[in-house]
Amino acid sequence: MSVDTATVARIATLARIRMSEAEIAALVPELNNILGWVEQLGEVDVSGVEPMTAVIPNTLRLRDDKVTDGKIRDKVLANAPAAEHGFFGVPKVIE
Amino acid sequence: MSDLTQLGVAAIRDGVASGAFKATAVAEAFNANVAAASLLNAFIVTTPDNALEAAAKADADRAAGKSLGKLAGVPLGIKDLFATRGVQTTAASHILEGFVPQYESSVSQKLWDAGAGMLGKLNMDQFAMGSSNETSYFGNVISPWKRNDGGNAALAPGGSSGGSAAAVAARLCPGATGTDTGGSIRQPAAFTGITGIKPTYGRCSRWGIVAFASSLDQAGPMARDVRDCAIMLEAMAGFDAKDATSLDVAVPAWEAGLNPDMKGKRVGIPREYRMDGMDADVAKSWEDGIAWLRDAGAEIVEISLPHTKYALPAYYIIAPAEASSNLARYDGVRYGLRDLPDGAGLQDMYAATRAAGFGPEVKRRILIGTYVLSAGFYDAYYTQAQKVRALIARDFEAAWAHCDIILAPTAPSAAFALGDKSADPLAMYLNDVFAVPASLAGLPAMSVPAGLNREGLPLGLQLVGKAFDEQGVLNAGLAIEARAGFSAKPERWW
Repeated sequence: MSVDTATVARIATLARIRMSEAEIAALVPELNNILGWVEQLGEVDVSGVEPMTAVIPNTLRLRDDKVTDGKIRDKVLANAPAAEHGFFGVPKVIE
Repeated sequence: MSDLTQLGVAAIRDGVASGAFKATAVAEAFNANVAAASLLNAFIVTTPDNALEAAAKADADRAAGKSLGKLAGVPLGIKDLFATRGVQTTAASHILEGFVPQYESSVSQKLWDAGAGMLGKLNMDQFAMGSSNETSYFGNVISPWKRNDGGNAALAPGGSSGGSAAAVAARLCPGATGTDTGGSIRQPAAFTGITGIKPTYGRCSRWGIVAFASSLDQAGPMARDVRDCAIMLEAMAGFDAKDATSLDVAVPAWEAGLNPDMKGKRVGIPREYRMDGMDADVAKSWEDGIAWLRDAGAEIVEISLPHTKYALPAYYIIAPAEASSNLARYDGVRYGLRDLPDGAGLQDMYAATRAAGFGPEVKRRILIGTYVLSAGFYDAYYTQAQKVRALIARDFEAAWAHCDIILAPTAPSAAFALGDKSADPLAMYLNDVFAVPASLAGLPAMSVPAGLNREGLPLGLQLVGKAFDEQGVLNAGLAIEARAGFSAKPERWW
């Protein structure tokens, strides 16, 4: 499988990264080079093999079902580029 | 007084405890070395007051007859991937420039609880993506090593923990934290003639470490020798309820358990690692390592890890896939950079922020990850890679029937010059060919210095152990260290 400029542009949109046409054009051969190389995985016989989900066997722990908002709103907002009135500020999204 | 910066972690800890010297004198000496080494660009931020404060506390505690922590009076460097309360943490990225965490990573907190102090935040590859330290927003780290050809080529310290490696090698700190996703502790340790260990996945909490590929990321120590790594790892490891993948198992007394006697141990030599066209000096150092472990009493056996050649391609699907998901959090809303073009809406702000805040290699990996996870391609790429990963882990399982530990080179070459591989992402990725399999299987692995190559540059040997057998890895490393007699250090030019 290989990618063209339209595909790279679509991936960039999905990844929310603005890219110029020149950047996209430069990435096409780079990504194709990498994707062509990982393609060799297709030759491995994986019949009957489950995809790995945990490298070291471990059990998922449960915590008590309690609200733990931490009461640290100011700390949560301390690094926000535009905190207002105790909230994260963003550009208007509703017309 | 002799130069305190020539001392390692154990010697500083013991000297402070016995009163041979003051911790504050140690902190001052290292602070001075850090301040004089800006040419190496190993630090993004220096925190001399933090180091002095921890040292003063160690001295006061000793004077008051209080018991001292395991790292009392030891100043350390912290990779800029670890969140440090009140001190800028950027993962060497522009998007996190100016980010000052309100919390401390679990691993660094454990180090401070043990009495260590912080010399500063160490430069690295941006978001830990790189093998040469050329992807940092804050400039390349320069290795303190030079080739013996009389030339002056600036060499890569390795990556991604390149600032950590350069700082320890140049005696700017006795030890440093690193993180290893696909070799990021071991390869830079090998390039700079120091020692570094990645423990079993889950030994060190990932809480407060900027995430790259969560199923692979592990913290570990980088220091001058095996004992120093054992001391630091003991302080860094341990269960943490805040990390869902943290292992709820006791931390062994690795330092007390150090024993270089390899009698009764079987050392596996994986035949698939013997690649065509292998660098002659790397092959020679591997032979040296085999001879040293045999001399230490070990039996040498040839083993097979049949899926070795697929480890790197599987890694370059799995790691970017996880990265594309983890890095979705950088959106210009909650922290870090915001780029809001005039009249832009929310989606435009995301795209502009991420375009301005991520470097080229980070963008490349996010795009690969997005592509392999996208509708229609998920099974062909991601599921296939996770199946191959299971086979790689199975290879190791099968090998443990024949051996207790595996010996291999850490990297296929010594340090290369900055710029040599940066134009070709694939050539750069191939540098991690020996390091990645143990990462995919979550196994403990260490690099120890083995000697110098014909250019006068350090080469490392890698030891890979069974899950949870850090002790076996450390002990084999100690057996090599005792016989390699590696004492070379870079001549100061900075």
